[in-house]
Amino acid sequence: MDPLRSNPLHNKSLLKLAGILLVSSGLLLISGCSQAQKAHQIIIAGSTSVQPFAEILAEEYMKMHPDISIDIQGGGSSSGIKAALSGTAAIGMSSRDLKGDELSLWSAEIARDGLAIIVHPDNTVNELTSAQVQDIYVKAMDNWAQLGGQDGNIHLFTREEGSGTRDAFVSLAMDNADVTPKAMVQDSNGAVRQLVGDDPGAIGYISLGLVNDQVKAVSLDGVAASHENIINGSYKLSRPFLFVSNGDPEGIAKDFIDFVLSEEGRQILTREGLVTRGAEVQP
Amino acid sequence: MKRLLDRLPGFIFLLIALSALSALALIIVFIFYEGIPIIAKVGLGQFTLGMSWAPGKGEFGILPMIIGTVSVTLGAAALGVPVAILTSIFLTEFAPAAVSRIVRPAIQLLAGIPSVVYGFWGLTFIVPYIRLWIGGPGLSVLAGSVILAIMILPTVISITEVSLLALPRTYKEGSLAIGATQWQTVWSVQLPAARSGIMAAVILGVGRAVGETMAVIMVLGNAVALPESILDPARTLTTNIGIEMGYASGDHQQALFATGIVLLVIVMSLNSIAQATLKRSQR
Repeated sequence: MDPLRSNPLHNKSLLKLAGILLVSSGLLLISGCSQAQKAHQIIIAGSTSVQPFAEILAEEYMKMHPDISIDIQGGGSSSGIKAALSGTAAIGMSSRDLKGDELSLWSAEIARDGLAIIVHPDNTVNELTSAQVQDIYVKAMDNWAQLGGQDGNIHLFTREEGSGTRDAFVSLAMDNADVTPKAMVQDSNGAVRQLVGDDPGAIGYISLGLVNDQVKAVSLDGVAASHENIINGSYKLSRPFLFVSNGDPEGIAKDFIDFVLSEEGRQILTREGLVTRGAEVQP
Repeated sequence: MKRLLDRLPGFIFLLIALSALSALALIIVFIFYEGIPIIAKVGLGQFTLGMSWAPGKGEFGILPMIIGTVSVTLGAAALGVPVAILTSIFLTEFAPAAVSRIVRPAIQLLAGIPSVVYGFWGLTFIVPYIRLWIGGPGLSVLAGSVILAIMILPTVISITEVSLLALPRTYKEGSLAIGATQWQTVWSVQLPAARSGIMAAVILGVGRAVGETMAVIMVLGNAVALPESILDPARTLTTNIGIEMGYASGDHQQALFATGIVLLVIVMSLNSIAQATLKRSQR
């Protein structure tokens, strides 16, 4: 017989290894099962643009109320409103205004989302019209001189398919026309800001709250991209983030909405780059 | 009892080996399960040869990305392979022992740099210089090719070296004995003799380039349009998945899995070709 294989020490250490593997996999199973059903649960569903913000708010809320579980689902504004109407979801999320039958719902604007069209700080163009933005993003107009800037190629940045920021840009700035496939695609506000800040010929769009001195936000149709202009409704690239429910919200839903509309909730939303009424802090 | 204990380790190792294999099987089954429905719906021809990728409108054509993958990979091979082969010749034939003792591990170190670091370096170093000195937005097929060329060096160099070293000494001695110079010997005797090993090295390098994601996402620009020059941005199959997986759902998500199927087929065929060539060279 092979002396190495029958060595008792050898076998023991192997057994030990097997034991450790067994125990650890057992632990994994147990920890997986211990997520017992929480007593109080509500479902919030709707716009994928609102979803990440709702998730952050829910996380904070659940830290304060460990016995409550808030389940947040996507699906889009329309399906969120439908879910609220039918009662499938306690709260529906919408990133557009309500219309028609939907106006019978109870709704609260938790914040507004603003988009800024950004260029390199050295770019001499300070203002664009909606038509020019469409020329750039739909027809891939390719020289800054055509827009009153210095001669140079326009390098276009957009966000990836499915991104809420892209959806907002396409519906608010482009009248739902398609972004040219020639546009370069980045998958975050931060990446677009970084690249536009590096390239004197670049143009892109990001959440207004994330504009900093790396880039310059241009005015659209003569209206500056600012907190005030979004609140007073004159700046075009803004949309409401709504929570809706069928009838006045009650119980956990009411408590959560109260938290979202409280000073603390507004602070969180402002910190994440949204525009909220009355919140003083501007990032 | 003793016999049972004897067999136990073998059994445990068999289980562990099987679990590794089953992971492979699970991944493949899952990708096909998720991806096949959309290919069936759109049609294989329309999917692989379609020119337009607009998931929001239900258009799923990945030809621009296949061409993007091919062009970036060819660029990487064109830049990287000559350097790699000449480096291996240097290391095996010309380098003094002291030099190769430093160069060889240094090249292997290239393989240990995480791809996100390559990408970040490319973004902050290669991209701006391409934009300033050559033109275009900088994020381009060229930038991707340069990064990938560096990333495939370790693979191509080490396999080429092995196949050069595996040649019988008599080839070299015979050639030198009939009066050929060292360079003539390398060029006309050793390289042709090691041909299939070098081919395998190149194909494995290409496979590595096709599968790379993170580094190219950062430097390629990810535009969906067909690149018209090496200074245009492009999108590869891997970056298509990487950049859009965040918000994808439904058909869009399935289409990304289907992109994965195409990628898997390409990489697997490349690897099998490389294995077959390597086997032929060993015979």
